[in-house]
Amino acid sequence: MLSAVDMSERVRSGENCEEILHEIYERIRSSELNCYITLNDKALDEAVQIDRREGGKSGCGKLLGVPVAVKDCISTRGIRTTCASRILNDYVPPFDATVVAALREEGAIIVGKTNMDEFCMGSTTETSYFGPTLNPHDTSRVPGGSSGGSAAAIAAGETIIALGSDTGGSIRCPAAFCGVVGLKPTYGLVSRYGLIAYANSLEQIGPMASSVRDVALLLDVISLKDRRDSTQVKLPPSDARTNFNADSVLGMSGDDAISSLKGLRIGVPAEFVHGISKDVERAFWSAIHALEDEGASYEEMHMDTMKYALAAYYIIAMSEASSNLARYDGLRYGLRLNRDDDWHTTFSRIRGEGFGEEVKRRIILGTFALSAGYYGRYYLKALKVRTLVKREFESAFRKYDVLATPTMPMTPFRLGERIKDPLSLYLVDVNTVPINLAGVPAISIPCALSPLPVGMQLIASHFEEEKLLKVALACENLMNAHFL
Amino acid sequence: MGDEKGVKIGLECHAQLLTKSKLFCGCSSDYRNAKPNTHVCPVCLGLPGALPVINMQALRYAIKVAIALQCEIQHKTLFYRKNYFYPDLPRGFQISQYDYPIGLNGKVSIEVGDGECGERIIRIKRVHLEEDPGKLIYPGTISTSKYVLVDYNRSGIPLVEIVTEPDLRTPREARIFLAKIRSILEYLGVFNGDLEGAMRVDANISLGGGERVEIKNISSLKGVERALSYEITRQRNMMRRGMKITQETRFYDEERGVTVAMRTKEFEQDYRYFPEPDLVEIRIDDSLIASLKAEIPEMPDEKMRRFISQYSLGSEHARALTEDIHIADFYEAVASEIDPQMSATWIADVLKGELNYRDMSMREAMKRISPNDMVRILRYLKAGEIAERAAVEVIREMLDHGGSPDEIIKRRGLARMSMEELKIAVSEVIHENNAAVADLKSGRKEALNFLVGQVMKKTGGRADPKEARKLLEERLL
Ligand SMILES: [Zn+2]
Repeated sequence: MLSAVDMSERVRSGENCEEILHEIYERIRSSELNCYITLNDKALDEAVQIDRREGGKSGCGKLLGVPVAVKDCISTRGIRTTCASRILNDYVPPFDATVVAALREEGAIIVGKTNMDEFCMGSTTETSYFGPTLNPHDTSRVPGGSSGGSAAAIAAGETIIALGSDTGGSIRCPAAFCGVVGLKPTYGLVSRYGLIAYANSLEQIGPMASSVRDVALLLDVISLKDRRDSTQVKLPPSDARTNFNADSVLGMSGDDAISSLKGLRIGVPAEFVHGISKDVERAFWSAIHALEDEGASYEEMHMDTMKYALAAYYIIAMSEASSNLARYDGLRYGLRLNRDDDWHTTFSRIRGEGFGEEVKRRIILGTFALSAGYYGRYYLKALKVRTLVKREFESAFRKYDVLATPTMPMTPFRLGERIKDPLSLYLVDVNTVPINLAGVPAISIPCALSPLPVGMQLIASHFEEEKLLKVALACENLMNAHFL
Repeated sequence: MGDEKGVKIGLECHAQLLTKSKLFCGCSSDYRNAKPNTHVCPVCLGLPGALPVINMQALRYAIKVAIALQCEIQHKTLFYRKNYFYPDLPRGFQISQYDYPIGLNGKVSIEVGDGECGERIIRIKRVHLEEDPGKLIYPGTISTSKYVLVDYNRSGIPLVEIVTEPDLRTPREARIFLAKIRSILEYLGVFNGDLEGAMRVDANISLGGGERVEIKNISSLKGVERALSYEITRQRNMMRRGMKITQETRFYDEERGVTVAMRTKEFEQDYRYFPEPDLVEIRIDDSLIASLKAEIPEMPDEKMRRFISQYSLGSEHARALTEDIHIADFYEAVASEIDPQMSATWIADVLKGELNYRDMSMREAMKRISPNDMVRILRYLKAGEIAERAAVEVIREMLDHGGSPDEIIKRRGLARMSMEELKIAVSEVIHENNAAVADLKSGRKEALNFLVGQVMKKTGGRADPKEARKLLEERLL
């Protein structure tokens, strides 16, 4: 499949994009994977406009003519945005998220809105009101989640690149399970304006693609500085429009990336490799050894606070979620049932019928955690753990350039295997959530594709996306040699 | 109601700040008279994915309020979510403050005029910033309407919340305190008390160490006094009948002037406060505090002291003239042109009395009468060209219909009559009232008042009663 880097280059130099978009829609139509909730019915018109250089399409743009899939928790003007929930089944936003406006400005074409766990709450894409997405590598298995639609669409050629969002692993988990690349940026790098909140203090929108370079290019486009997001950090230089420039990554050859591995210090936290499945263990360590062969050194080390991370993560995420989701009452937008009573009864009925089981579970748990008498015991304690986790990462990065872990402790499991047991499902996030607590960037790249995909997670210090992507680029080149 | 032993009243006063845009979005805050739901955007409608951004002007205004109320300004301030469901609340939570408000531990002095201690210090617990919810509109009345409409134009208007310690002892003190707060906010130029619903108050009250009752939704100064008086009477009566006062929240029904118990469900709220994750901590550094302090104008108490020394006014007049910044400014403009003490009498006593009678604010009145108009009226009066009664007439007509003093004096023939004319009128009255003249001559002094009255009647009020009396005395005694 064509890369976004190559395709935009070709379209800029005059080639057409409509045909490729056609092929993509053909593939979507004949697909059984259920990657999309809503398709953009104007996409082909936009492609034709680009090909004819009409409608102000100037012929430049970093993503000119490139099909992009957008996770359905990201607001798109004029295109239904459901968060995979019945409660937003008919919601068509009147505004674009900042990242979507950036995509459009750079000439990208939005293919459609991808399936996900309802309100991002899940790691399998099974909690979607619109049914699960299937894993393209084995349709009896889950694609991971919550950005499962985006990852599966890339793996199945139903888009070229995609946006996901990552609250506790929602980009990296499906990237690992579907054998693609996905990056969770540093908290504050990308504007969250227009991202429908699950847990505001943890989540970021991030790029997903089949290659590291495409991920870098997409990150460049979406890291636009935005004064509408107060939590976005405005990185120097202050006059630059974006927080991240991909040029140095895009300009680096695979060989140069590999040779830059010399002297790289890699930390492998024991807590992340303990109790992982055999397949994952084999793929992960062979990747580490491949890096070692190129002059990198690794060391197993310990991160003591990790044992508290999962619990702290779920308390913070559910607490914020319980408040974020209070707005869905059917009064201004969203689900309306055909009987109205007093507002109290009506709100309760709409929320009772509009939210799925997992969403209700998390709202109730989060409400409980914030309640008088429990706030100090749960929420405040979780915030303290977050501070400790962050500190532990910071001190690790004084010693190591990057940390490497398996993204997921197992390979993709079967549909329905864990969905009835919430606790076992929460446990699969154990390697991804500490990264969100610390706010550091992390990328998942494939380190095996058969029998089932395995992802390796590389973690860097705050705002070190460039370093992270260069190491990932080296790994990618090494892995490609291995896979072949 | 007098000074109630053991009555403790605390107030939470919410005042809308006069910013151009709302607290967390760019929508215009000039929402009154706008079509419902036209001053809205994704942020103040709480659409999924929209994020708040703090309006720094609102923050500066709130800091100024805290400084003027002598609070300790906090160097670090944070916004919190106050979670509860209500149709006027588009996100299901209100962005407010909790720990780390803008100001703590302030105080306000009020003049209660109770003799032995005329001045009372009311402690201010905290000053913080929060957003106004939308507005519910009940077609018909609350109890009869079948549905409610919601207008989100008001959603997101910045409110400064001022919370007192339970230092107020009577409903009257509560009213005086709120008038003082209004005065201070208007002095700062951050508030317009003339706007409907610009200030809303929740009150809590306990009697004789009993349980605290909260009264919500009071929207006028008079309402506060009435609601609290009602509540004191209600609680007294309950105690007299041996009933126990329980901690509860009541709702003030302005039309009926009574407080009504709210359903338990509606007030037993656990607001589950937690820091708003979409906003960052704000640092208020010393240089910002210093620059805002420098912008704070002379406050009512200082102005009063200056008026006393600069214009040699009595404290009654000085207070009356400085309660309202608009009256104070009006007075100073007039007093710079003409006798300050005469100006004080005519503005504090006459003009203010006429405003009270009309329930008109000085801000409103200034559209009809300017300081220049007032100077003209007082100049005519001082020069003896119009009588006092005529001057009052001119002021009244200007407040009711506008116009200019000269035109009104001319049209209504209010210019004082010449001595010749007055002498003729006095002669006529003497001829026409033989009985009264006889009474006077026989020593019944009150007949003189009657004769003066007759002169005034004959001249249509244009005569100067003092002159008329003098002439009558010369002729008859
Ligand atoms: Zn707005």
